[in-house]
Amino acid sequence: MEVEYSGDVMTLNMGPQHPSTHGVLRLELKTDGEIVAAAIPHIGYLHRCFEKHVENVDYAGVVPYTDRMDYCAAMNMELGYVLAVEKLMGIEVNNRVRCIRIVMAELGRIASHLIAAGTYGNDIGSFTPFLWCFRDRERILDMFEETCGARLLYNYNWIGGLMFDIKPGFEDKLIEFLDYFEPQVDNLNRLLSDNWIFIKRTAEVGILSPETAISYGVTGPNLRGSGVKFDVRRDEPYLGYDEFDFEIPVGQGEYGPVGSCWDRYMVRIREVKESCKIIRQAVAKLTPGDVHESIPKRIKPPAGEIYMRTECPRGELGYYIVSDGGLKPYRLKVKSPCFTVMSAFEEVSRGAMISDVIAILGSFDIVLGEIDR
Amino acid sequence: MQSIAELLGLLPGYSSIPETYRALIPVVVSCVVIFACMALAVLFAVWLERKVSAHIQDRLGPMYVGGWHGWAQTLADAVKLLLKEDIVPASADKLLFKVAPFVVFLGAFAAFVVIPFGASSFVADLNIGLLYVFAVGSLSVIGIIMAGWASNNKYSLYGGMRAAAQIISYEIPSAIAIMTVVIPVGSLSLVEIVNAQQGGIQNWFIFRYPPLVFLGFIIYFIASLAEVNRTPFDIPEAESELVAGYHTEYSGMRFAFFFLAEYANMFLVASVATALFLGGWTWFVPESVVPQFIPGPVLFFGKVLALVFVQMWLRWSLPRLRVDQLMYLSWKVLLPASLALVLGVGWVTVYW
Repeated sequence: MEVEYSGDVMTLNMGPQHPSTHGVLRLELKTDGEIVAAAIPHIGYLHRCFEKHVENVDYAGVVPYTDRMDYCAAMNMELGYVLAVEKLMGIEVNNRVRCIRIVMAELGRIASHLIAAGTYGNDIGSFTPFLWCFRDRERILDMFEETCGARLLYNYNWIGGLMFDIKPGFEDKLIEFLDYFEPQVDNLNRLLSDNWIFIKRTAEVGILSPETAISYGVTGPNLRGSGVKFDVRRDEPYLGYDEFDFEIPVGQGEYGPVGSCWDRYMVRIREVKESCKIIRQAVAKLTPGDVHESIPKRIKPPAGEIYMRTECPRGELGYYIVSDGGLKPYRLKVKSPCFTVMSAFEEVSRGAMISDVIAILGSFDIVLGEIDR
Repeated sequence: MQSIAELLGLLPGYSSIPETYRALIPVVVSCVVIFACMALAVLFAVWLERKVSAHIQDRLGPMYVGGWHGWAQTLADAVKLLLKEDIVPASADKLLFKVAPFVVFLGAFAAFVVIPFGASSFVADLNIGLLYVFAVGSLSVIGIIMAGWASNNKYSLYGGMRAAAQIISYEIPSAIAIMTVVIPVGSLSLVEIVNAQQGGIQNWFIFRYPPLVFLGFIIYFIASLAEVNRTPFDIPEAESELVAGYHTEYSGMRFAFFFLAEYANMFLVASVATALFLGGWTWFVPESVVPQFIPGPVLFFGKVLALVFVQMWLRWSLPRLRVDQLMYLSWKVLLPASLALVLGVGWVTVYW
């Protein structure tokens, strides 16, 4: 978008301590009044040397570190890693582990999307959706806590299996939660998604065209918000996702051009409902079994390399592992979905207003822990 | 004020005070009374807002301080704010920084002087009462700009500029919308306006010339939300964009003054709306049917609280508009609509 400027340009540093940068992100805004000529993101405030660090940790010890990348969806982070190592070692897990992993991953997706929707409402100026979402997220965290003892960083998916089996009665609780939760999504839509002001604020700003999205390598809900039907769960199935019946929601541009902030937001809301469907199917497929059955005594993958990608709530999460046949990874590289979408931020937000910059950033749903690693 | 003067007359030795000073005493006393009442009302409103927001959000809100539903939470907060260190940023314009909260506060509280809480419960009945309310109310804009400029912080500056643009824009539709009441009455005195609504709910101006004055009330209410910077028009202090807007750098008691002023302003616009459109202190039904058994000031306060509740309800339900959408709403929707209403009411008053 071409914008004409008059007068002086003022630099406004938004962050790293700012309520709406979703972590320690610094945005350097070149502003002309309320118009933002350029929004330059500066990342790296949360860099913890993850990739170098794990070269000195054995394979099983990496799992807790993966939790700490995207702390809003730790379950999905560790799932991608253990699948990569299992693929490298050629481990096949039994049906019970597979179904529980899917249940946990989809619960993690719901929990993460609830944060995304709630904080997005907060970014747009509505505080109530935030607390409604957190109220429902609490129940998911309670179920996680019951299963593995942790509420944020689980270390639940182990290479070749799971830390614990689910507790007796967990399935009933799960179904009870889904029965309670699915109407709550409609309530959230009534409160926020279909609100006239909310649509006015988000439906015509932050247009990420499908071409731009693909050229920047954007994945996940942000890509689907632009109308591109791509989901690793469907296009490159892992864990047997192809046996499940679910839709891939894409942005349809109901209230404006396709690829707007509202589309990206709405894709997440619709995905939550699809996740509920997947969980119900996975619970039905649950068979008895031993979740520790295929955990190897010694995790020593053969020399070689592997790339495994999974669909985490924020997009395609890839683990590239190089093994020299030792007990520790020779090299581990993470393909982060938030990092790629952050690179498109500058182009999308050019010429927007200050309020729009916040709306765009919120709709990308970034987690700085994963960008900086 | 007359009743206060009579009460004071009962004090021993009151008549021995020289005439010149004696005339001043009721004024001062009634101002103090109004101030104390409004300060209490504001404390109550802060507590109410927390409870209302909590219940909208499926929470409980304050429950411990003071025992019953956390009634003393606001008091505890006020004490905390009083005890906090008074921080003035090193690069701030010291004088303006210190004065700004008081200007905002003054603008909010001074306007209550002409609000008629009951048939005889008001400090002054100015013949230009409404004009005075708007004039004094505009003082707070100056204070907000002072705060935004003096803080020497870019977020504060943005907040100050946004507030100035917004409040000045929205004063126009709100001032024109109240003309729908002023034209039929033919007076700017709030007491006379309320007196014109005596005799039951059907005489309240909100139901006069339906739906003309009702629409005027709606426009006034929307514009007043913008004037007091409440959601969906809270862009000057938009937390997710501007941190805290013009009071980003303020802490302790100076922040509390902004905070109190915000709530006092909520009460002010609700009081004006009550006096103009909802019959002020007057009773719902004609006296001949059911005599008024609730004192006028209580009734007035009840109506004000109902409006304040609606303000809170909106705040916790709606997202925030963007700056340009806000200006669009003011200049292209509310202003033409209010002008048309004034024409309509004028026509009806003269030819009907």
